[in-house]
Amino acid sequence: MTRAGKNTMFRALLIGPALLAITVFMIVPLGLMAYISFRERDYSGGVLWDQFSAEAYVRLFFERELDGTLALNFNYMFIILRSVWLSFLTMVISLAVGLPVAMFMATRDRKWKAVLVFMVTLPFWTNLLVRNYAWILLLRDHGTINSTLMWLGIISEPLPLLHNAFAVAVGLTYSFLPFMVLPIYSSLEKMDFRLVEASFDLYANRWQTIRRVILPLALPGIVAGCVLVFVPALGAYITPELLGGGKTLMIGNLIGFQFGAARNWPFGAALGLFLLTMVLVSLALYARRYRGELEGSQ
Amino acid sequence: MRLNPFRSRAFPGDARHWPGLFTATAAFFAYVYLPILILVALSFNENRTVTVWTGFSLDWYKMAFANRDIVSAATNSLIIASIASVTATTLATLAALRMASNDRFLGKTGINAVFALPITVPEIVPAVATLMFFASLGLTFGLGTVIIGHIVFCIPFAYLPIRARLEGMDPKIGEAAADLYANPIQAFWRVTLPQLVPGILSGLVLAFIISLDDFVTTFFLGGAGSTTLPIYIFGLVRTGVTPEVNAISSLMLLLSLSLVSLSLFLGRDQNRKSGPD
Repeated sequence: MTRAGKNTMFRALLIGPALLAITVFMIVPLGLMAYISFRERDYSGGVLWDQFSAEAYVRLFFERELDGTLALNFNYMFIILRSVWLSFLTMVISLAVGLPVAMFMATRDRKWKAVLVFMVTLPFWTNLLVRNYAWILLLRDHGTINSTLMWLGIISEPLPLLHNAFAVAVGLTYSFLPFMVLPIYSSLEKMDFRLVEASFDLYANRWQTIRRVILPLALPGIVAGCVLVFVPALGAYITPELLGGGKTLMIGNLIGFQFGAARNWPFGAALGLFLLTMVLVSLALYARRYRGELEGSQ
Repeated sequence: MRLNPFRSRAFPGDARHWPGLFTATAAFFAYVYLPILILVALSFNENRTVTVWTGFSLDWYKMAFANRDIVSAATNSLIIASIASVTATTLATLAALRMASNDRFLGKTGINAVFALPITVPEIVPAVATLMFFASLGLTFGLGTVIIGHIVFCIPFAYLPIRARLEGMDPKIGEAAADLYANPIQAFWRVTLPQLVPGILSGLVLAFIISLDDFVTTFFLGGAGSTTLPIYIFGLVRTGVTPEVNAISSLMLLLSLSLVSLSLFLGRDQNRKSGPD
């Protein structure tokens, strides 16, 4: 065998198994999902494989009346918009919180930096379900927050903190905050803070320094952090399920519902494909943006 | 880097002492850790009403360990996480060995994108797609289908630290081994692999935690007899909060925290060896 041929075979033997696993059990299923989204629904839960249908996509906007006529129905669009809005809100809050924290971390001594990074990373590796459940204990009618406020005499009736959009926003922010802090930190960590001193020497004030010196240098981290928070928030399942209490649904829950009680595979598949597309578009925009940043800095 | 030590702390150009940074960071850590601490504290509360502290008790832990469903869920979690993390790490190590080398070949970028795919897409999408795939094949949902799902999403978590470790290794050491008449197989077993072990272990532990903590994939690909701890807790939480849940949740937290500390410790070790920084 030629050297090149041997090389190719060796490569295939090493990379092949992992590539095959992801291809067969992830990429092929995603392709199948796209195919199923254009099939006719089988009311017993499966799919009528031989019948093309765009019904799943029609369903996003319309409701079919008993006599077969279509009526506009924005219920599903509303859930999608709520998902985008809540994810966007999560991203903005995370950025507002994450930026000063990352800034604080980046200006510490090396020993402290390592400790702080460890402390930020730690909660991320603990169970997402457990972390969201902890918020139920805090937000319930007789939970920690309401009990404390009532004990202090600030309120006399428990505030409705759980099972609404507020609770979902709190849970999502809590779940994905480390994804915002860490990339911004790694951008700022490389920064030479003597630039800040230089900026003050040139009579810039604090706000001008933040806007003209720190933010441009932190930008790659900010953009990465925004993508890393927005994308998983958009597809969240556990948080809206537990903290939204079945009332504040997001796309993830709507997809899950189609494979449970609703038994509508093509519609679930269409929603899944829609979510996948939104995520891939966000990632593509990020890749383009980020490449621009790299070229700009050269 | 040291800023001028003769400047007063109040010098506005010293970014270390800007007002608000410390307060924001303190508030951030309180926000992140307080819910977890409250959960753990309440798991030792003797009272049934959960949120009012009345006294210390280990009853909920005793109840959790005496509950057969919980023990079998924990067993399932460990079986799935062990098989999935070992398989994923093996596949990831093999792939990383080839992908970390400097040579370019057609499709290398594409293959890297495929390896990152399971962590870039929201989990619910591949979970339901695989559900439809397995159902179309006529497979019975249970431990087997869950394990396959877990292997796939564990691959990137094992792959990334191993590849990073390989890329940080000094190629000269391999060349030195060749100079000393080691054949490629000897060089691999005696030189490359021992250096790679911290990376492999770090990847293995991360994959194990990720699998142990998974809810979504397990929920959609599971069937009778494949209930894991997160699935069990989810069921309990949906029907109402009981102090037992606090106890199991605290135990899961403890397990994840110990494992991640172990993994980060291994990762720290690898940084120290691979560079002067």
